[in-house]
Amino acid sequence: MAVDNETVRKVAFLSRLRVEPEKLEETKQEFNKILSWVEELNEVDTDNVKPLVSVNDESLTMREDVVNAGQMSEAILQNAPAQEFGYFVVPKVVE
Amino acid sequence: MTDLTDLTVCSALKKLKAKEISPVELTNAYIEKATTGQKYNAYVYIDEKQALEKARESENHYLNGTNRALEGIPLGIKDLFCTKGMQTTACSRILGKFTPPYESTVTQNLLNSGALFLGKLNMDEFAMGGSNETSCFGTVVNPWSKAIPLVAGGSSGGSAAAVAAKMCAAATGTDTGGSIREPSAFCGVTGIKPTYGRCSRYGIIAFASSLDQAGPICKDVADCALLLNNMAGYDAKDSTSSKKEVPDFCSFIGQDIKGLKVGIPNEYRSDGLNTEVAKYWDTAAEMLKSAGADIVNISLPHTKYALPAYYVIAPAEASSNLARYDGVRYGVRVDGNGLDELYINTRTAGFGKEVKRRILIGTYVLSAGYYDAYYLKAQKVRRLIKNDFDEAFKQCDIILTPTSPIEPFAIGDKKMAENPINMYLNDIFTVSVNLAGLPAMSLPIGLSSNGLPLGMQLIGRAFDEGTIFKTAYQLEQCAKFVRM
Repeated sequence: MAVDNETVRKVAFLSRLRVEPEKLEETKQEFNKILSWVEELNEVDTDNVKPLVSVNDESLTMREDVVNAGQMSEAILQNAPAQEFGYFVVPKVVE
Repeated sequence: MTDLTDLTVCSALKKLKAKEISPVELTNAYIEKATTGQKYNAYVYIDEKQALEKARESENHYLNGTNRALEGIPLGIKDLFCTKGMQTTACSRILGKFTPPYESTVTQNLLNSGALFLGKLNMDEFAMGGSNETSCFGTVVNPWSKAIPLVAGGSSGGSAAAVAAKMCAAATGTDTGGSIREPSAFCGVTGIKPTYGRCSRYGIIAFASSLDQAGPICKDVADCALLLNNMAGYDAKDSTSSKKEVPDFCSFIGQDIKGLKVGIPNEYRSDGLNTEVAKYWDTAAEMLKSAGADIVNISLPHTKYALPAYYVIAPAEASSNLARYDGVRYGVRVDGNGLDELYINTRTAGFGKEVKRRILIGTYVLSAGYYDAYYLKAQKVRRLIKNDFDEAFKQCDIILTPTSPIEPFAIGDKKMAENPINMYLNDIFTVSVNLAGLPAMSLPIGLSSNGLPLGMQLIGRAFDEGTIFKTAYQLEQCAKFVRM
């Protein structure tokens, strides 16, 4: 399944990355090289094979729904680009 | 007095307990090596003051008799581990000068055992790479380099180089497709990726969550056992961390391997296998045989498909994990007109080439219409790879393979640079282990005719690191590899 320039542009937008127009052709070729390589997987008969999502076969544990940390807004805000009144100050993110 | 940085962790601890040396002396010796070794570019951040403060605290612990398992041992930490108050960037521009307000569980465990941190170690950006050339801080130089600078391997290249050049007593690494084992092999040091679930992933910047595992990179096998003792364990903060009891890995050091069945997988004799590596593989098998083990031929029929499956699964998980870097709450931000443009500008400027490549591939294989053909298919093949190992371990107790099909190559190597797949192929012997979630160690076996270290890999059953430790120790005794 070879991809075309339009698909590369679409995937780049889904990834929120910019592929410069002059890099489009190169990116497409690289993309297709990798895809045709991973398509070797089609040689393998996987009928009736269950996908392996995680090797961990232990079941997840329930825990008490309690507050076990808190009072650390100052520490959390340490890396904030800007802060005011104990909140992150960021560009408008709801459009 | 010999150079203190020559001491393994185990032997340094003996001298510390006997008060022949002090933690401050030991820390100063490593700081000096870290400073004179800057040409290797192994450290991206050194915190001398904090390290010496901790060393003085450790000194008191020795004086009071309250010394813990790793009291006063100076470690280097891969820059993927969040370290409270110490810059953590995953060697990516996008994290800027991010300084975590919390500590990863693995590093917290090491601190609780009395270890101290000299600083943060270089790595491939977000652990994506096999040569440390994708780091935003520049490439790590292999301390074994002769005339031309060679790669240290990746992604934990800084960790392996720092241990080889004695710039820390031991280091932490992480391994998603070989990132502990390949650099260990390239730098002539010993590293183990434990079973998936052994070490908590809490506070380790995520690459591919179903494959990522932390482990130690050390001067020798016994140090790896001691370090892993103090890194592993159940953690409620990581839902995939295992509740299985962690045995004392040090107790396996020195155990004999009489009657142990060592499997040699036929499929690993691939075309790209360097002849010297192949020869050392035979030598290693002979050594284990002379130590009492039985060699058995085994088959891992789906070996060929491990890399393609990995390069669907790992980028898919990465594209999802790295979606969080949006430039809004922390790290680098490049403004734009509207929110989408802010995201796009930030991510385009903040991520390097290899990371972008993997995000694009990952996004594609997860997108509507392609999910079944690529992602689901790869997960099914992953099951078959795991089944191969399950079958093989009915005939053997441990598997011996080379770690890498080649010796360390030159920085900027043309063949590696012109096609990303050439670089990916170096992981051919290591990725299956991550897909199956198994433990595996790389240890140095000898030098190539170019005088460069070559590594052997031992793969164990899930949660049977013990057998790896006892076998690796016997192999180490036979190989008598001389460290730098």
